Amino acid sequence: MHEMSLAEGVLQVIEDYARKEGYRRVKTVTLEIGRLSGAEPEAMRFCFDAVVRGTLADGAALEIVETGGSGWCLACGKTVPLEARYDPCPDCGGYQVQATGGMEMRVKELEVE
Amino acid sequence: MCTVCGCGQGETKIEGESHEHTHVHEDGTVYSHSHGHEEEHHHPHDHDEAHAHPHESQEHLHVHDDGTVHSHGHVHEGGHHHGHEGLDIHFGHGPAHAHAPGMSQARMVQIEQDILSKNDAYAGENRRLFQEHGIFAVNLVSSPGSGKTTLLVRTISALKGRHPVAVVEGDQQTSNDADRIRATGAAAIQVNTGKGCHLDAHMVGHAVERLKPADNSLLMIENVGNLVCPAAFDLGEAHKVAILSTTEGEDKPLKYPDMFAAADVMLLNKVDLLPHLQFNVPLCIEYARRVNPNLRVILISALSGEGMDEWLGWLEDNLKAAAARREETVAQLRQRVAALEAEVARLKG
Ligand SMILES: Nc1nc2c(ncn2[C@@H]2O[C@H](COP(=O)(O)OP(=O)(O)OP(=O)(O)O)[C@@H](O)[C@H]2O)c(=O)[nH]1
Ligand SMILES: [Mg+2]
Ligand SMILES: [Zn+2]
Ligand SMILES: [Zn+2]
Ligand SMILES: [Zn+2]
Ligand SMILES: [Zn+2]
Ligand SMILES: [Zn+2]
Ligand SMILES: [Zn+2]
Ligand SMILES: [Zn+2]
Ligand SMILES: [Zn+2]
Repeated sequence: MHEMSLAEGVLQVIEDYARKEGYRRVKTVTLEIGRLSGAEPEAMRFCFDAVVRGTLADGAALEIVETGGSGWCLACGKTVPLEARYDPCPDCGGYQVQATGGMEMRVKELEVE
Repeated sequence: MCTVCGCGQGETKIEGESHEHTHVHEDGTVYSHSHGHEEEHHHPHDHDEAHAHPHESQEHLHVHDDGTVHSHGHVHEGGHHHGHEGLDIHFGHGPAHAHAPGMSQARMVQIEQDILSKNDAYAGENRRLFQEHGIFAVNLVSSPGSGKTTLLVRTISALKGRHPVAVVEGDQQTSNDADRIRATGAAAIQVNTGKGCHLDAHMVGHAVERLKPADNSLLMIENVGNLVCPAAFDLGEAHKVAILSTTEGEDKPLKYPDMFAAADVMLLNKVDLLPHLQFNVPLCIEYARRVNPNLRVILISALSGEGMDEWLGWLEDNLKAAAARREETVAQLRQRVAALEAEVARLKG
């Protein structure tokens, strides 16, 4: 997917809240990344370090909470766990599965000073 | 710079804007672009604000009320809005934000904010503007060279005299595609994204405010040729339309599923070449529907014109619906105004 733009999105959120919350430095950033969001945690780390260089989050630690994926299988008529976005239903093998959980890409909390 | 797909930021150029210029939006976004001063931005921002985090230039020491000492550098014009009440002790140039050991006070801030929330807010503004004006906006996404501009040119010619059409062209460099569109007589504006590999909603907002599409018109946005990240960026469009050409192979929907999942329509272009290729059309459609069961598929050739009627039919149905929704809103507003006027008249009695 597109981790550089996502990392820039994270920095924008951090900078917005800096004005609201009156902090000047960010020590830890906690993200919630769903397994079906399409964002790769490893690529995200790499891009984050590059994007925050020279900003108020320079050198900040990045913590990523990964949340599991789930989907609604039309054939089975129930919610099933999903490893990846376009995987078949683990029960019936069909592809009529609508992703319902694990798509989030969110800044959860910050440790600031 | 993006190590995944090579994009970067800060080099966006919107064609026709008069001077290079940095402005700070009310919400603090620093946006560097060029524009003329006559026009109005439809989203609020402030051209005067000078002080945006992070601080730059002069280094100095701050002593806060609570006794915390830290040093950082910042520009002094524009004032502080991050609450330093203590005294400034200038000590020349040191490392920015080097905190005196043991004196800092860390705390947690709960955020719970979507990473793309900024883009989504701009997209929401664009969508509101389109709805108000009955504009039907489509976002055309594909690999480079799938035939987007050729298809646009043909579509514009076919709709000539029936519907006004305006085009936003996104490419990293050159205004070639906007020139091709303008040669048809339609209004077009080129957005060069520099290293950026997708259009975002903020760029489109600025492009649309220059383009000023007519009420009840068709707005076509040709995104940067890239099957990856344009999927994640809402521009305020009514639908994303993915174009896949027969020379690209039938497994593209499986290789780049996000794009085909985000689209509502897939145009399978260059079907005139099918006799010369090993391209399995039913298999391609099966793959595409695997990632998006509701995907509408239209087989088309921007060269021969095959399939154009179905595509134009889809566009015209949506144009009518957009115009009807606007009528309805306008009628509701009129009713409300009439009711208010009646009320005023009654009170004056
Ligand atoms: N045979 C055939 N060629 C086509 C068709 N549509 C487009 N082409 C050719 O494909 C090439 C690329 O077309 P463009 O319209 O420039 O493609 P594009 O998607 O706008 O390209 P970028 O903006 O550079 O990503 C040109 O040589 C077109 O003539 C088609 O339906 N059939
Ligand atoms: Mg083009
Ligand atoms: Zn199932
Ligand atoms: Zn990228
Ligand atoms: Zn200016
Ligand atoms: Zn401006
Ligand atoms: Zn400070
Ligand atoms: Zn100061
Ligand atoms: Zn991109
Ligand atoms: Zn702007």
